[in-house]
Amino acid sequence: MKKVFKKQQIKELVVAFVVLGVLGLSLIGCVNNKEIIDEGNHDLQKNLSGVIREAGSTSVLPLAEKFALAFMSQNRDVEVAYSGGGSSAGVEQCAIGTIDIGAASREIKITEKDMLSYPIARDGVAIVVNSKNPITDLTIKDVANIYAGNITNWNELGGNDQEITIYSREEGSGTRDCFDSKVLKPQNLENSDTSLMKKSNGEMQIGIQEDASGIGYVSLGYISGLKALSINGKQCSVGSCMDGTYPLVRRLYFITKEAPNTLMKAFIDFCRSSEGQEIAENNGYVPLVK
Amino acid sequence: MSKKNIEITVRCLLFLCSIISLMILVGIGYFLFKNGFSAFIENGLGNFIFGKTWNISKNVYGVYPLILGSLFVTTGSIIVSAPIGISVAIFMTDIATSDIKKIIGPCIELMAGIPSIVFGLVGMIFLVPLIRENFSPPGYSLIAAIIVLIVMTMPTIITLSEDSLRSVPRQYKEASYALGATKWQTVWNVTLPAAKSGIIGAVILGMGRAIGEAMAVYMVIGNAFKIPNSLFDPSRTLTSNIVGQIEEAALNSQHMHALFACGIILLIFVFLFNGISFKMRKVV
Repeated sequence: MKKVFKKQQIKELVVAFVVLGVLGLSLIGCVNNKEIIDEGNHDLQKNLSGVIREAGSTSVLPLAEKFALAFMSQNRDVEVAYSGGGSSAGVEQCAIGTIDIGAASREIKITEKDMLSYPIARDGVAIVVNSKNPITDLTIKDVANIYAGNITNWNELGGNDQEITIYSREEGSGTRDCFDSKVLKPQNLENSDTSLMKKSNGEMQIGIQEDASGIGYVSLGYISGLKALSINGKQCSVGSCMDGTYPLVRRLYFITKEAPNTLMKAFIDFCRSSEGQEIAENNGYVPLVK
Repeated sequence: MSKKNIEITVRCLLFLCSIISLMILVGIGYFLFKNGFSAFIENGLGNFIFGKTWNISKNVYGVYPLILGSLFVTTGSIIVSAPIGISVAIFMTDIATSDIKKIIGPCIELMAGIPSIVFGLVGMIFLVPLIRENFSPPGYSLIAAIIVLIVMTMPTIITLSEDSLRSVPRQYKEASYALGATKWQTVWNVTLPAAKSGIIGAVILGMGRAIGEAMAVYMVIGNAFKIPNSLFDPSRTLTSNIVGQIEEAALNSQHMHALFACGIILLIFVFLFNGISFKMRKVV
């Protein structure tokens, strides 16, 4: 094969590795420092402090960030970190213990039964099309028939003569659970196997934005740049979800492995308080039933 | 420390490193089988491999369309990238002047180093709309994935076939020229046959790269769970199935086992490809 490394090259390689190693170690050092401060501070009753690690559903992500910001501004010594990954990733990482609170846009499944879940808000699922699409209103039956592959052209519904491209979410997604159970199941239909699959709300949003013939469904927080259709004459909005006239509404949950500690409990209670629910409503989510 | 001691310590250290990498490989295999093997039992081996439905709510898992999808993108991309890649390799070893080599060589190395997600991104933003508007909707299609994989497998094929072309002894070529053969005759009748096994090995290694690529393929192939009827239909591969669903699979569920089983099938394919490639490249 090739020549053996020269001495000079070996030196350079070693230097490169050392530099990388030092950089990596110093990063680890940063994280450790914080945790040490956290352990050293036992005065939890009055002043909360510490780190809450959250991860999970991309439908919950925008809300969880707002919750975290509000909670952190009230408790200076608390840090709340959130990352996405999907409902099941949230549950799983929570079970293993790499995060403290998981977020899910679906209920806990049988195999995950030993976890605790707390509803933190509700969320509407909007049926969306490209903003160039002239259609504004569909019945739930139309939507079901599109997704089952029975209606294949927009002109059957009074739109342009254009074939419908169906965008759906991967099985197991909380948003898809809601869509399947509220739209397809009542009509005894199933998602057509010709539908394109996306694995997050954000990808779905980009897909529909770029495809004039597309139809998809996203969490209410992701409809910017898209046209949300009204269903049975009801526009998808926080108001119509709240009064129960818009049909596609589901609950969002925080999940913990065991009974939460003081800090986690304070955070979850904050999210479920009237103050937290107000934050949810201001950010396009639907408050819990009072 | 005496020279001898240093010698022994270094030898031990190097041996330890190689053992670790072997253990990692064994560990991955063990972990995959531990998590995925039950999917073959739960569904039945035949039903799992030849089944055409994948339904989580009914707990029915069949990967036939996925295996076909993986094989389609792999063969589709290799049919194009192999001839081009080998041609470039011949050009680089026998025709190009050293100036041109200095430009093209680094370019190819750079191409090999571009992260796959970048290819996926370019494919999604540029290629998919292009196919949708000029050929056939929805644009997310088998052909998009094939094109992305052509670009991704080419550097592998070029560099490895170049290696084997270069290792053809100079005397062979000189003998050919001495007999009055032209450059092309020499390449076609002497160099290529002498490097044949190495080149086939390179192509098969390229196939391994194509079948294992996940993210870039996921972004452009559309991921519809069905057997495609044409190049412009969306499809789904073993890798894109895992990428798409692993985040949403419930812990320890049959769903998760089935996804790990996809990984096992993939591993078997890659082992097969690499095994053949290894054998081919050894027999020079």
